[in-house]
Amino acid sequence: MLGRLSEIYGVSGDEGRVRAFIKKELAPYADEMHTDRMGNLIVHKKGEGKKIMLDAHMDEVGLLVLGIREDGLLAITGNSMDPRVLVSKRVVVGPNLVPGVIGAKAIHLQSAADRESALKVSQLYVDIGAKDKEDAMSCVSVGDHICFTTKFSDFGEGLFKGKALDDRIGCALVMKLMMNNYDCDLYGVFTVQEEVGIRGAQAAAFSVQPDIAIAFEGTTANDIDPKCDIGHVTKVGHGPAISFMDGGNITRPQMFKALVSSAKEAGIKYQLRQGTRGRTDAGMAALAASGCFAGGISVPTRYIHSPVSIASWDDFNAAYALADHFLANKKFLEVNANV
Amino acid sequence: MFKDMIKDIVTSYGPAGRETTVSKTIRKYIEPLVDEVYYDALGNLIAHKKGTSGKKIMLSAHMDQIGFIVTDIDENGFLRVATVGGVNPHMVLSQGVVFENGVKGLVYMETKDLSYASLDISKLFIDIGAASKEEAEKLVEIGDMAVYRPDFVDMGKRISCAAMDDRIGCAVMIEAFKKANTEHDVYLVFTVQEEVGCRGAGVAAYAIEPDFNINFDVTSFGDTPNATFVNISLGKGAAIKVMDSSVIVPKAAREFLESCANEIGAKFQREILRAGGTDTSAVQKSRCGVMASCISIPCRYVHSQVEMVDMDDVNACVDITACALSRKELPGF
Repeated sequence: MLGRLSEIYGVSGDEGRVRAFIKKELAPYADEMHTDRMGNLIVHKKGEGKKIMLDAHMDEVGLLVLGIREDGLLAITGNSMDPRVLVSKRVVVGPNLVPGVIGAKAIHLQSAADRESALKVSQLYVDIGAKDKEDAMSCVSVGDHICFTTKFSDFGEGLFKGKALDDRIGCALVMKLMMNNYDCDLYGVFTVQEEVGIRGAQAAAFSVQPDIAIAFEGTTANDIDPKCDIGHVTKVGHGPAISFMDGGNITRPQMFKALVSSAKEAGIKYQLRQGTRGRTDAGMAALAASGCFAGGISVPTRYIHSPVSIASWDDFNAAYALADHFLANKKFLEVNANV
Repeated sequence: MFKDMIKDIVTSYGPAGRETTVSKTIRKYIEPLVDEVYYDALGNLIAHKKGTSGKKIMLSAHMDQIGFIVTDIDENGFLRVATVGGVNPHMVLSQGVVFENGVKGLVYMETKDLSYASLDISKLFIDIGAASKEEAEKLVEIGDMAVYRPDFVDMGKRISCAAMDDRIGCAVMIEAFKKANTEHDVYLVFTVQEEVGCRGAGVAAYAIEPDFNINFDVTSFGDTPNATFVNISLGKGAAIKVMDSSVIVPKAAREFLESCANEIGAKFQREILRAGGTDTSAVQKSRCGVMASCISIPCRYVHSQVEMVDMDDVNACVDITACALSRKELPGF
């Protein structure tokens, strides 16, 4: 399921294919499903007691067609990505999934000065093999989304690689959890436009108004510098990461303790997300309406916001087991406002 | 004594996201004065006194303070930290800090390849007197937060301590409510996580749906040697907010507070704060909009270990607020 999710094209603002896949897979398990006006998919399994929202964002980083040049090349724009990862990548453009490559001047043609500096997005273009503007316009349009095409595969010892692991990992976790029955009022929320500013979660959390929200993420792993013994955010293979604070959310102590003790009780190797930068849907959920307890469980992922990233099956499975323990053993009953 | 309460509240531990200790201190003072006290999911402490007018006034001040969060512990027991709120690395260098469990520490910096000018938080560490990682881990865990070690200095008319921002606002609210005779429903909200982006106030306002809000926070200063121009001086009275970088207070609300000040002869100055936002903005934008205003306490050296306020200003804030609560008519358009 994760492999299929990873390969679906779903750049921010164009999450329809991801949504359709999730909707189809979860239909047999849901009491109610609806798509709100922003495109968030909200899946409800009715129950008594606390209202719990499991959240993952459907969108991935990508590009947009900014204009079509006279020579048939596509001017592009994008954000949340290092332009250095873009050159020479295969992409698909627009609803017709027109294949293209991100082009730049070949090394033979570059001056010494060219080679010294990284190209900006504004200097890059997508080549779809069109002979001129008219030819290009027959299959693509300004405003079309541009998505990477990386295939998903197993890799190394217990690892996998693919595109959009941030946050199809989260989508896969929430989907698996929504297939189970827990003793609470359970919502699975699949949000849009997280990568462009945590936008979908604001509307989704407002309509659900949960007591507790958990955001599931593929988060930064920066474990590849052997010289550095401090400053890791997370490490691949060291278990799911529990967040104490990020740029948008400070996990309340009650919530943090309930997640950590879930891992301990279930004998799950876990790590803390040792970075405080970056924001997730959790921060937006925490502030929706009159507020809720929000926490985060992440699978460490190398090279996020690029055409290919890497994570570990053990971490993925342990993240699922951790959330499952929290829900199945009603650890959420330990998360209360009065202290 | 008012000053004793201020000291008790201002020296309580409570960085953004870890406000439980300070909330318990505040609760002790406010609980006897109201009908109910409760927390919401974010940890806002809400004290409610029922009224008869059918109108709801929300008083708000944030109880969190700036601090540090431990992100890593190295082999030799030094703690690496990230900031919680607007911490200036120069201001915290060589200062004492304290954790929730009472563990004390000192902030210092890497000395190799470092100039003071390029100092940033990643070059700072906290020394808690541990000689190894194992020793340190017995005292502090990753995710724990530290704050300035409070040093309350009473200079008579003026007092100084870390976290005057915004515990002085909390104290003003309580003291004013004690003195006030009001017919309105009053909610005293001690908010959380203001220092990381005015997070608590918005959710509290959503739940309460007030007709009128007075927020209390500290404001900057322009009366020290070669200071940046700010039209605020210590000792010149309460600062009634015109605007800050997050909010413009409606004229009707500002003039309401100014008329209260004039009625009782309290000194005030108008506040225009060009750098810095307050909970006022989060309340103003809640639901369909709230008539929100702010009384600021002039405060020197904001976000340092030695924030200083003047008791005459503090008392002026208290008196204006008590007068505002006693008015039948609340501001409107």
